[in-house]
Amino acid sequence: MRRFYGVSLETPLMLGTAQYPSPAVLEAAFRDSQASVATVSLRREAGKGQAFWQIIRSLGVHVLPNTAGCHSVQEAVTTAKMAREMFETNWIKLEVIGHADTLQPDPFGLLEATGVLAADGFEVFPYTTEDQVLAGRLLAAGAQVLMPWGSPIGSGLGLNNRYGLKMLRAAFPDVPMVIDAGLGLPSHATDAMELGFDAVLLNTAVAQAGDPAAMARAFGLAVQAGALARGADPMEPREMAVPSTPVMGKAWL
Amino acid sequence: MKIEVNGASHEVQAATVAGVLAELGWGEARVATALNGAFVPKAARGTMAVTEGDRLEVLAPMQGG
Repeated sequence: MRRFYGVSLETPLMLGTAQYPSPAVLEAAFRDSQASVATVSLRREAGKGQAFWQIIRSLGVHVLPNTAGCHSVQEAVTTAKMAREMFETNWIKLEVIGHADTLQPDPFGLLEATGVLAADGFEVFPYTTEDQVLAGRLLAAGAQVLMPWGSPIGSGLGLNNRYGLKMLRAAFPDVPMVIDAGLGLPSHATDAMELGFDAVLLNTAVAQAGDPAAMARAFGLAVQAGALARGADPMEPREMAVPSTPVMGKAWL
Repeated sequence: MKIEVNGASHEVQAATVAGVLAELGWGEARVATALNGAFVPKAARGTMAVTEGDRLEVLAPMQGG
């Protein structure tokens, strides 16, 4: 696995902390998935923030704060600065949302905010699309990791543009990349890992499953399987059948 | 004076961000602050003046994806 700003993750699974039925289920999901990163956010203090922080600390994983819900560069940059102080990390999952329905990244705002934050010492994980031109510009602006979407946040559709993601992976072979958002099933996560991505980030697929802990475990196994398969150099698909049982020595009956 | 804290109107006596936090019971809490849309680092809260009509955001760790 490629390193994320110098950090080698223990497992290629990043898990969100939102939408779980209870804190106990959240803890079970992290334990059973063996996720190595937890995403968190900042919201107005309404009495529950301090206890939540203790839960996150007890998980013993890397913390990746996000700028979820930010629609402008100014909002995202200010949120990132607040998150850096709060969570004591330079990592920031940078979201600059451009469309209310698709929650698609605003590529122009994302690029600008990436430049501002990278210059300020942040280690930016930009939530982006599979667009190769944008990816190149984000890297030039100082990002050393990319987080292309699988499909829109919370949709569970899997890899919506598999071809585009494959091309993105091939275009920047040395850049650590995380498929972030839109995964619904463990097979989607396996697919992403088989394509050569370094990790996946998901939340809803686990938190909203009927049995979040079981689904978390399934995703944990799925990313392991995908990574193992990628490392094992998969065969090339063929259009025609090729017998696997030897033809030589077959009886003349 | 009257200021806005997390979107709600508050009457406060304190003249600094740190003072307002203490007055509202967040003196020891793990929070991050922004005044009128600009980040106020923890170390600057004691000297950052708050004036009538200011908007103070007090944020805490929260669930996120």
